[in-house]
Amino acid sequence: MLNANCPECDADITLDPSAEVGEIIVCPDCGVDLEIISLNPVKIDLAPMEQEDWGE
Amino acid sequence: MTTVSIIGGSGYGGGELLRLLLSHPNVEVKQATSRSHLGEYVYQVHPNLRKRTQIKFSDPFNLETVDVLFLAQPHGQAQHNIEQLVPLADKIIDLSADFRLRSAEDYQKWYGEPHAAPGWLEKFVYGLPELHRGEIAGARYVSGVGCNATASNLALLPLVKAGLIDLSAPVIVEIKLGSSESGVEGNTGSLHAERANVIRTFSAFGHRHTAEVMQELGLTDISLTMTAVDLVRGVLATAHARVKPGVGQKDLWKAYRAVATENPFVRVVKEQRGIYRVPEPKILSGSNYADIGFDLDESNGHVVSMCAIDNLMKGAAGTAVQCMNLMLGLDETTGLEFAGLHPL
Repeated sequence: MLNANCPECDADITLDPSAEVGEIIVCPDCGVDLEIISLNPVKIDLAPMEQEDWGE
Repeated sequence: MTTVSIIGGSGYGGGELLRLLLSHPNVEVKQATSRSHLGEYVYQVHPNLRKRTQIKFSDPFNLETVDVLFLAQPHGQAQHNIEQLVPLADKIIDLSADFRLRSAEDYQKWYGEPHAAPGWLEKFVYGLPELHRGEIAGARYVSGVGCNATASNLALLPLVKAGLIDLSAPVIVEIKLGSSESGVEGNTGSLHAERANVIRTFSAFGHRHTAEVMQELGLTDISLTMTAVDLVRGVLATAHARVKPGVGQKDLWKAYRAVATENPFVRVVKEQRGIYRVPEPKILSGSNYADIGFDLDESNGHVVSMCAIDNLMKGAAGTAVQCMNLMLGLDETTGLEFAGLHPL
């Protein structure tokens, strides 16, 4: 199993078996973009997100 | 089928109960009472129920026995005739404020008059499943919940349950609420000319629902401020508190995630993109969900915790039906699966 924790909210994340290094995934809990840094061992990090003009 | 009746079926809470119970797969609605609409078809008062029922409003003094009796009368009535109502049903769920508080002294303090049946206060369980699921499941008598109290209790529940609040600082809850909270009777302030377009802080502190939050969460230094906004349905509670030293975002995520995992109608809304990043009552109309969210200023420990609900659903009739499900041993989500509307 390719498991990791979200660096933002600590959610448990299970990577798809076909996951690749460099792929961008979305945390199912807090919604941040995450980049797969390595698969062995599994390492993910926050990916840059476009800052939207939101709300106001 | 479980038989149910509603005393006080012509108000907004009663109408919402009818909407839910008429579609409930395990329930048969026997009677809905209304003195002011006696003999009228239910759909003549609740037009959304046209072609859903041919029930006419009955006389509250001519009730048949049922399995579950819902009381949806104005506050202050059930406490005067609870002894007469008990023989009519195995289980009673009272949506009014009459049996929410455990202490007669607290009732007199917050409602300004002595309780007429103080011996009955301890027989009722406070009807918020997120706080009393096990007790409700074994109860014969369950109270309703205050809508603003529910939004406040659920906004603060993750913080209180995880013991994250620094109790040396006050907790302030700012509540924005819609016009249906005023009930079907209304007053001059409910007139469209006066109510439309308002942002009106009508109760800076001392609102009666404060008592339910103090009682249920054990917080003593807490204030609720009520602001009427231009909505029909909906409540948003925005709570301000200080967390204990060292508490960070991940601790909060853990606490909020735990509450959402334990409770089928609680959802964490804290998104990074899109329009709906925080809890908003708009998308909850007609649904029983409570959306909670938070943010933390880690430089000073100031936490902002939010909860949005539909006041007539999670804040009243929806939670009452959720309690009925628990009392009957049903899945607590039965008949409450509506996801709300978007766009609205």
